[in-house]
Amino acid sequence: MVTLKSLPEEELFLAGSTACHGCPSSLALRIAFKALGSNMVLIVVASCTSVLQGSYPLSAINVPLLNIAFAAGGAGASGAVAGFKALKKRGEIEEEPTVVMWGGDGGTYDIGIQSLSGAAERETNFIYFCYNNEMYSNTGTQRSGATPLGAWTTTTPAGKHQHRKDIAQIMIAHRIPYVATVSLAYPLDFYQKMQKAKSIVGTKYIELLAPCPPGWKFPSSKTIEVSRLAVQSGMWLLYEHENGETRFTAATKKIIEGKVKKRPVKEYLEMQGRFRPVLEKPEGKEAEDLLEKEVTESIRRLKGWVPEYI
Amino acid sequence: MRVLETGNHLVALAVRAAGVEVVPAYPITPQTQVIEKVAELIAGGHMDAEYIPVESEHSACAALIAASLTGARAFSATSAHGLAYMHEMVHFAAGIRAPVVMANINRALGPGWNIWCDHQDSISQRDTGWLQIYVASHQEVIDSVIQGFKITENWSVMLPLMVNLDAFVLSHTYTDAEVPEIEEVREFLPPYKPRWKLDPRFPVTHGSVVYPDDFSETRQSMQIGQNNARRVIKEVCRDYAEVFGRWHGDMVEEYLIDDAEIAIVAMGTLASESRVVVDVLRQEGLRVGLFRIRFFRPFPIEEIRSLGERVKSILVIDRNYSYGMEGAVFTELKGALYGFSNVPVRNLIVGLGGRDVSYELIADMTRKAISGELGEITWGDSRITPSHRVTLECLEEFKKLLG
Repeated sequence: MVTLKSLPEEELFLAGSTACHGCPSSLALRIAFKALGSNMVLIVVASCTSVLQGSYPLSAINVPLLNIAFAAGGAGASGAVAGFKALKKRGEIEEEPTVVMWGGDGGTYDIGIQSLSGAAERETNFIYFCYNNEMYSNTGTQRSGATPLGAWTTTTPAGKHQHRKDIAQIMIAHRIPYVATVSLAYPLDFYQKMQKAKSIVGTKYIELLAPCPPGWKFPSSKTIEVSRLAVQSGMWLLYEHENGETRFTAATKKIIEGKVKKRPVKEYLEMQGRFRPVLEKPEGKEAEDLLEKEVTESIRRLKGWVPEYI
Repeated sequence: MRVLETGNHLVALAVRAAGVEVVPAYPITPQTQVIEKVAELIAGGHMDAEYIPVESEHSACAALIAASLTGARAFSATSAHGLAYMHEMVHFAAGIRAPVVMANINRALGPGWNIWCDHQDSISQRDTGWLQIYVASHQEVIDSVIQGFKITENWSVMLPLMVNLDAFVLSHTYTDAEVPEIEEVREFLPPYKPRWKLDPRFPVTHGSVVYPDDFSETRQSMQIGQNNARRVIKEVCRDYAEVFGRWHGDMVEEYLIDDAEIAIVAMGTLASESRVVVDVLRQEGLRVGLFRIRFFRPFPIEEIRSLGERVKSILVIDRNYSYGMEGAVFTELKGALYGFSNVPVRNLIVGLGGRDVSYELIADMTRKAISGELGEITWGDSRITPSHRVTLECLEEFKKLLG
């Protein structure tokens, strides 16, 4: 059994990162590197992760890394995968490195969706990792397609009026072999899903809910707590989708099976400053109800992929 | 190997001969036959490369860059709107110093939709850091693709290279041409060996954040690469002629310039047309020569200064227009001459959106340039009427036309 103590000690995420305190992307990189090992290449689209590496000529990332344009994640990975295939044919390398594309929700849900969709449809052999902080944190917290209803951002000063989209389901519709959601509060579940993704040939999509302390307005010591409450309230559902079937995992599985009681969405909203403007208004209750309804709907939709519930 | 092929298919055959390993591409008229042929060669087992059928040109160029950075030799082809759509990545390829070659089939940019030839697409990429060749014949298409890799992969250059060929005039017409054998090319152009790449044994971060303290240096180093390319281009073209016996000029190609009074300066197939003009006008006793700009980037500054010393006037043909100014080659040429020559220069704008340019038209304009009748900038084949203009008066005119 994998335990936190049994994780590899080697750190490929080095000291000297320029990330904010409590940054979920840097925590996630650490776990991902441990799961994937050093024979890998990281492609990074414009995002906080472009910035947290450190600046020229120093880098805190100890795997080869290609920073590429915002909209070009899936395509950059496609080129790298094809290049390594060619090098293997030429006899330059024995084993093709694992290609991992790392981007935020802006680079995935919005500007990068075409490139991601194309790479998935071409059955490109790579892991696409989206750390979803539900806003354009790097440019100063603007609204994205992943921002939940009611959330304040600098471009939704009165709270967002629309629901977020469910991109993991869009990826499942691409018939790729593996889709999984992960959370920093459940690191072993995260670690095992990364390892599984590495072992599967084809396009793998992994998405992390990445609570961003300055963007979501909570203390930087609370990243894990907010991550945990997101799962316990159902606002972030942990599952994996393989061979046309979905399997709930970790705390989400316990909630669905009735072994643990789901916490109200309200508790999760109240932990963050970004929902305060809407919660303080009379329509706050309505936003809360709509989000509870969204959770119920998401669970119902996912159950449609789980054999025992069909 | 002697073949009878279209210019587009010749690009594909040259790409195979050059030992290209990765080809990401997205279809656009008039480039489609290039990538169809590449896909066909790979599927038929006649070419050993990875073809990536990307979902857009932006992705084509992104994949091209990433493939090149793994250490593989990579190529793509595009045209017009495709080139414009990948503009961000065109800058990126040069900035990250990816030694790739891309064929651009020169086509007009809409609206209105126009699939025919002019140079607006590649001229609009002038300041991206790419080297740009404009070819004038089918044979030069093949030879430029092979020369292109040899030039861009040179350690002192390491800037991407664009081979520009005129839509339909070259891309879709058949001519017999010589395609060199793969073994012969391999000796001239061995497999690509990068000095830096995405290698887990030696992890390096590519394209990280660069603060103002270091940014100018990265950009000046691109200009040093362009400057070095002037020497490398001459060496590569000379070596190529020795190995393969073919010469299309290096930075430029001159034809009967030495005793000429007026030089026609042109790029692409309009230079081929102008060659006929030189022969025709010489029969009339006019001392005309042709100065074909083969490399637009790096710009042949020294060659143009030498031209300025040798002729009495220059007629620059532009198949593009920089709105608010003049033809781009006209501007650049005058810039190169500034402080070195006061020779009068005239600008002829012709052949936009694929309008056929006859040698008679160029000959007529050249005669006028010699007699001093030609204005500074002449839209040589435009038949503009008031109804083409965007004014209230012209709207009335247009309504009258409609009845």
